[in-house]
Amino acid sequence: MADTALTAPLRSPLSHIADRLAAATRTSGGAIRLAELPFLAQISVRLDAKGAAAEAVGLALDLQLPLQPNTVVRAGELTALWLGPDEWLLVGPPGSERDLESRIREAAGDEPVSVIDVSAQRTTLLVTGPRAHDLLAHGCPLDLHPRAFGPGRCAQTTLGRTQIVLVARDEPRAGFWVLVRSSFAGYLADWVLDAATEYV
Amino acid sequence: MLLIPCPWCGPRDEAEFHYGGQAHVPYPQDPASLSDQEWARYLFFRDNPKGPFAERWSHAAGCRRWFNAVRDTATNEVLAVYRSGEERPATVEPRQAVSARPAFEDEALSGPIGGLGAEPPAGVEGAEPLQDGTGRGGGGETTQPFRHATRGRVDRDTPLTFTFDGTEYQGYRGDTLASALLANGVVQAGTSIKLGRPRGIFSAGVEEPNAVIQIEEPFPEPMLPATTVELYDGLVATSLPGQGRLATAPDPARYDAVHAHCDLLIVGAGPAGLAAAAAAARSGARVILADDQPEPGGSLLGTAEHLDWVREVTEQLDAAPEVRVLSRTTVFGYYDDNHLLAVERRTNHLGAQAPENVSRERVWRIRARRVVLATGAHERSLAFADNDRPGVMLASSARTHVNRHGALPGRHAVVFTTNDSAYAAALDLASAGLAVTAIVDTRPEPGEWAERARAAGIEVLAGHAVTGTQGGARLTAVTVAPYGESSGQREFAADLLLVSGGWNPVAHLFSQSGGKLRHDQTLGSFVPDSCRQAVEVAGSASGVLDPATVLAQGAAAGARAVEAEGYTPEAPRLPEVPAQPRPTAAMHVYVVPGDPDAPRFVDLQRDVTVDDLARATGAGLRSVEHTKRYTTAGTANDQGKTSGVLASGVVAELLGVDISALGTTTFRPPYTPVSFAALAGRDRGALSDPVRTTAIHEWHVAHGALFENVGQWKRPWYYPQDGEDMEAAVLRECRATRESVGFMDASTLGKIDVQGPDAGVFLDRLYTNMMSTLKVGMIRYGVMCRPDGMVFDDGTVIRVAQDRFLVTTTTGNAAAVLDWMEEWLQTEWPELKVHCTSVTEQWATVALVGPKSREVLGSLAPQLAVANDDFPFMAWRETTVAGIEARVCRISFSGELAYEINVSPWQGLALWEAVYEAGAPYGITPYGTETMHVLRAEKGYPIIGQDTDGTVTPQDLGMSWVVSKKKPDFIGKRSYARADTSRPDRKHLVGLLPEDPGTFLPEGTHLIADGVLLTPPVPMLGHVTSSYRSAALGRTFALALVKGGRDRIGERLYAPVGDRLVPVTVASPVLYDPEGARRDG
Repeated sequence: MADTALTAPLRSPLSHIADRLAAATRTSGGAIRLAELPFLAQISVRLDAKGAAAEAVGLALDLQLPLQPNTVVRAGELTALWLGPDEWLLVGPPGSERDLESRIREAAGDEPVSVIDVSAQRTTLLVTGPRAHDLLAHGCPLDLHPRAFGPGRCAQTTLGRTQIVLVARDEPRAGFWVLVRSSFAGYLADWVLDAATEYV
Repeated sequence: MLLIPCPWCGPRDEAEFHYGGQAHVPYPQDPASLSDQEWARYLFFRDNPKGPFAERWSHAAGCRRWFNAVRDTATNEVLAVYRSGEERPATVEPRQAVSARPAFEDEALSGPIGGLGAEPPAGVEGAEPLQDGTGRGGGGETTQPFRHATRGRVDRDTPLTFTFDGTEYQGYRGDTLASALLANGVVQAGTSIKLGRPRGIFSAGVEEPNAVIQIEEPFPEPMLPATTVELYDGLVATSLPGQGRLATAPDPARYDAVHAHCDLLIVGAGPAGLAAAAAAARSGARVILADDQPEPGGSLLGTAEHLDWVREVTEQLDAAPEVRVLSRTTVFGYYDDNHLLAVERRTNHLGAQAPENVSRERVWRIRARRVVLATGAHERSLAFADNDRPGVMLASSARTHVNRHGALPGRHAVVFTTNDSAYAAALDLASAGLAVTAIVDTRPEPGEWAERARAAGIEVLAGHAVTGTQGGARLTAVTVAPYGESSGQREFAADLLLVSGGWNPVAHLFSQSGGKLRHDQTLGSFVPDSCRQAVEVAGSASGVLDPATVLAQGAAAGARAVEAEGYTPEAPRLPEVPAQPRPTAAMHVYVVPGDPDAPRFVDLQRDVTVDDLARATGAGLRSVEHTKRYTTAGTANDQGKTSGVLASGVVAELLGVDISALGTTTFRPPYTPVSFAALAGRDRGALSDPVRTTAIHEWHVAHGALFENVGQWKRPWYYPQDGEDMEAAVLRECRATRESVGFMDASTLGKIDVQGPDAGVFLDRLYTNMMSTLKVGMIRYGVMCRPDGMVFDDGTVIRVAQDRFLVTTTTGNAAAVLDWMEEWLQTEWPELKVHCTSVTEQWATVALVGPKSREVLGSLAPQLAVANDDFPFMAWRETTVAGIEARVCRISFSGELAYEINVSPWQGLALWEAVYEAGAPYGITPYGTETMHVLRAEKGYPIIGQDTDGTVTPQDLGMSWVVSKKKPDFIGKRSYARADTSRPDRKHLVGLLPEDPGTFLPEGTHLIADGVLLTPPVPMLGHVTSSYRSAALGRTFALALVKGGRDRIGERLYAPVGDRLVPVTVASPVLYDPEGARRDG
């Protein structure tokens, strides 16, 4: 991989829109902040929540996989998102995907688990600032009031006309992560920038 | 929008779910043992009950779990949900309809039923008396002769200039266009749609049937009621002959939408709505109060009563953090599960000053736990002779124009009523300086209100009715006679005739919610009764007109709603309502006897008269739904707000039945017209549908590619050079690829990671061929069918490891295939230890195709042994290509030597550029989907969805080799033994060669046997599915589905193209390199 980094710098799905996201953030005067968080490590973990692998994986990662639907568990630099009763998305810092994948596989041993590097499948858009909630309410049918969708919550839902994974960040008013399929990221960024028209 | 409770994620919008048909129809244990009939029953027969029905649903845009739901097919109510594999719950009770006014019986009817207050507002005694006939009056203002000196909430410091029908006028901020016209002495605001009769401003609100105008500037907008258009500086409007004109230029304004959630939505900020909001405001519950006016107050703004209380509550609401007051917002639709749509007019009233970055209108999609409808009531008109002259106006509306806008609708008024409420209006108008000459009351004994009017010096004609009117552009006189008689007529000079035929609760939203209405004998109209949704109706919308009861009912409804959601309401301060005269029961009058030759209009906007309705009943129509469609009464854009119940009353009289037996026509959204621009919102132009792009998209754009939409993907179609047309570009791309090397972006193919110890077993059941025998490192092509045996998708399967496969799908079908896999796994085969995960965007894929592709790959992947023996067809290798980690698959969709190089999309563009550079010595040519289609068609490779249409088996495609004979079962297998799938005359995929090699057959062209066109019907043998010009063959060719096609190879058929019959020869679908030497070499 070392020579790869030299010859081919990585390009994220929204790298060509970074300037526009930054400009919107600037002109909103603090009302909203938009930025891509590129290259986050993302691992899809599928296993039986009641099986031995769940505990072993939890121990290996030092993080209990959340069992409550639509919640997240954070530990250090790792965030585990509940995506289904046997499905989680593990999000970590850029470049950690190989290590995470092998740690999980090792911990699971012979248990039937499915571990897949999906880091490039979605990219992450940070939407924060005092108007973040209003901005997302333009296209997200979920109730995003802090009472209903506060820290510790995540959801797979839709924003505009595309599917997303929405994560409430861990501080109140710290805004959201919007995880979107990479092929839809350009559309979604255009959509978000257009929705922000009133706030910039 | 239904709210479907996912057993895992909880209630979500129905749009997040996919329907999966009837639940508990298990896949047969041993399909082979079933008779054809039994198998057909499994395939094609499903229940279709009215009532509870167990169904499969998938939370497709959420947790992707399949589950079961019991839905009542009659009401759409989801009665229960349970997880896949669980038993259907034994008994499921539908929601019960509950009263829309649950505590009505307990509420003290503290005041008598009557009009909304009678006390003249304070501070109006100084109103100057009006002079007769001078056309001047009010405050003596020269430009607005009908402006009252003191009354009204208009801002006299902000004069506004506007133009109507070419004349410039002055008005004030706070006027509506209608009130500003009235203040300038203009009553006529149009002519009627069919008869061209002059029509005047009839009301003061959304119910307006007459004054429907066209705004010309700043942006053309047709058919707006002048009573709802807030005046702004520079407004240019024209009257209409009943019909407007659409703008021809695109609307430059911005429109948007937002989603909102609340514990309590209150619709209407009149006395009941404000009382409800006041009760809920400080409870901590999330409350939305929506009202269509610029300021709260509702009917109180029109009567100018309790305005200090309105201000007090408004301030309280503004200070409450969880309360949102939406003014200028019309709730126009009430849908399932308390989902309501509203439109907020945000900048219309600013005219040309509207800021560009603020949406002009906003659609609110509100999901409310509970709803209180405090939508008020509309005054009803009466069907009397010549009741349509300008100057005839609803009584309460005239009062509103005076108190709210300081605009006088006339100077000499006659009042025509059947009930008490018009007396309050008459007394108030008299105190404002209007000369109220007479009150004509159909009731023989009008009671205390009449006494009060007489005491104020107004003549009351009890037991009388208006029998006719005179006037042209404006009313001049009113003829009155004892009710039901033609003798004893009197004539009054008047420029204003105020009418009150009673009140209709605004039950539109309640009715839309699924609520049932019932006839109220006291009111003579239809009132909300019961509903299965969590909604209450308060105030005059519930049929209660007494002000104290209205307020109390509102406060109680607000309190009950938040209490039900777990909050503690408070008892709000309500204003003291002064004692009212004792009420006298209203008389229910619809058709008023009078001049038999004069028209009596029922629906002013549609010009429908009593005679028209008589023709409808005369033709045998007995339902108001039918008379509506026969006469068009109620179908104009006011949707019959003032005429609907009147029409029912008239029809009832004509049929000799009671109106309670007839009911009303159905109320449907929207309550008021909503522009398409508002409904479209931001889903226009580039944002109308998502555009999916690959990591290499920018390169395609920069190199002049034209794009084809495949699903939501933008795929390069072809790359024209130097003025090439499509034909030339595609021929060049095909030739370059067959002769040297080409490359294309194949990243859009769907990719699914299938992992687990049972992955092989799972794929064996899904695919028609055997997958479990595939060796690690190798690739197999596979076809997936539906249980009916018809091809559903195809693609390659890579064995990554013993327990891991990578499946590719067609570009447009990726999501459907993953859904399909999950459905079988979760509902039929939960015992299989296997998981499926989409990895479509985890990879960027470059297809490197052509005889020189090996050289190009070799130069980029020095560690890879590329020789045929080392890296054979249908193998894959992991290596680095251009220094990038890659999985290289040797597969071909072109019949050429070809590779697909898969890398991280973060490096996809780098790989693409490296391939372009390394291929330069060979003239490497980027090609698009059109060239891909030509190359594959020359080889007879079908494209699922183009050459198939859901009625085609693998055998029909000539691909029996892909259907396993060894596997005991797989999806579709049993169907191949059905008589229908083994018919010899099924349509087969064949090649077609037009006898003239230059003739091109359009896709979809029919094929027939005879060279002369017979008299229709002509037996159709098949149709062209794909058609191209081939560089390699030097001619046109096509693929077609033809009955018994494989037995017709060599036969001549005919293709009707335009008016010609083109002779074509049936051929094998494989027209190029049938031995496969190029691909395998």
